[in-house]
Amino acid sequence: MAKIIAGVGSSHVPAIGAALDNGRTEEPYWKRVFSGFEKSKQWMRETKPDVAIVVYNDHASAFSVDLIPTFALGCAAEFPPADEGWGPRPVPVVKGHPALAAHIAQSVILDEFDLTIVNKMEVDHGLTVPMNLLFGQPKDAWPCPVIPLAVNVVMYPPPTGHRCYMLGKAIRKAVESYPEDLEMVIFGTGGLSHQISGPRAGLINSKWDKAFLDNLSKDPKKLTRIPHIDYMREAGAEGIEMVMWLIMRGALEDQVDEVYRFYTVPASNTAVGHIILENRRRGAGKAKRPAAKTKRAAARNTSQAVRRGK
Amino acid sequence: MARKDTARKAKDYDDIPGTVVFDAERSRQGFGINMFCMSLMKDENRKAFKANEPEYLKRFNLTPEQTEAILKRDYNRMLELGGNIYFTAKLGATDGHSFQHLAAVMTGSSQQDYAAMMLAGGRSVEGNRSRSGKAKPGSKSKSKPKSKSSAKRK
Repeated sequence: MAKIIAGVGSSHVPAIGAALDNGRTEEPYWKRVFSGFEKSKQWMRETKPDVAIVVYNDHASAFSVDLIPTFALGCAAEFPPADEGWGPRPVPVVKGHPALAAHIAQSVILDEFDLTIVNKMEVDHGLTVPMNLLFGQPKDAWPCPVIPLAVNVVMYPPPTGHRCYMLGKAIRKAVESYPEDLEMVIFGTGGLSHQISGPRAGLINSKWDKAFLDNLSKDPKKLTRIPHIDYMREAGAEGIEMVMWLIMRGALEDQVDEVYRFYTVPASNTAVGHIILENRRRGAGKAKRPAAKTKRAAARNTSQAVRRGK
Repeated sequence: MARKDTARKAKDYDDIPGTVVFDAERSRQGFGINMFCMSLMKDENRKAFKANEPEYLKRFNLTPEQTEAILKRDYNRMLELGGNIYFTAKLGATDGHSFQHLAAVMTGSSQQDYAAMMLAGGRSVEGNRSRSGKAKPGSKSKSKPKSKSSAKRK
């Protein structure tokens, strides 16, 4: 049986990708951002997922205004990086998992989530930046196949937080009915607070962001009741993309362990948020990662250190 | 396609100051603007646009107001006429501007001040939540950067 063992939340700010691609990671401004992901990369190396699902949004790269799918699941064998105006990012082609993706699509559609199936798609920074932050900068290939789930958060209205959360649950159910033994991680990306359009551009709301991360860990159902107007008012017009994190959260168990958190302002115009949540390991669970507990404790210490350091 | 716009119904999010929400209605209204911006992803199109902007824009069924906003690089007006920021940013990139330049333009500040505001923690939501509430005493003007960065101005 396949199963989702952990969730990762991460911003996907394009400027982070540009800093990576242009070798600016050692500049103090960017070091502040990247240092917050060092432990996360280590966590990912140790967790070694067999497959990752990455929930993200396209930014006028694969989807224009002629077609605006609310949920689009990437079922292709591969997803080339999109040219976002400066040439495609110098990252490996993202390899998919067509068999599992097709299985998920079939399962969640019959579960009444009307997904769009995408058999050909380029992926932009929304997907590749969080992958860099967690997987580093591999030259030739990403360490595992990735199933992209593109969510419309560009045109109002995006799906509600509740809908996203419930889709996450349906995805988990789909994954757990897949016969192959696979350990999977799901990413929710975007946010946190930011507004990049209009006279109110530059809005950041750290108080909101902190509450969002707290509730994501401990009381996600509370987040599912937040109406869109509150996201836009409090976290910025573009901050509404935080609903995508609720798909990730819905795919996890109700009770999770927060093993890491990082938050810094700004990266370009955006508050950078990051969290790692692990499903609690049941007594009868596979003993693939006996060191999980100590790792968890270590990560927690680091996370506190990071917060203290801020 | 470029039919006349009927009066827009009031939406709850119209109350958010300094914010134009790109909804389904604006998506229809701004189809030409956004498709024009999409076309700038191709180098040959960028060159054709730069060679003769008004002529190039004729391909996109724009209203005179939309054409004017594009030619004048009035980014806030483009949003009001149905443009979306992820699309209009491609026009900015075609002009060789960073995104932060566009953000500064939209907020009516210099890029330096805008960048300083971001470094200082961004624009506060206090006083920036609601148009209807903005008349309350003590709330700040909606579109000014935080005082910290304003103070850096001479």
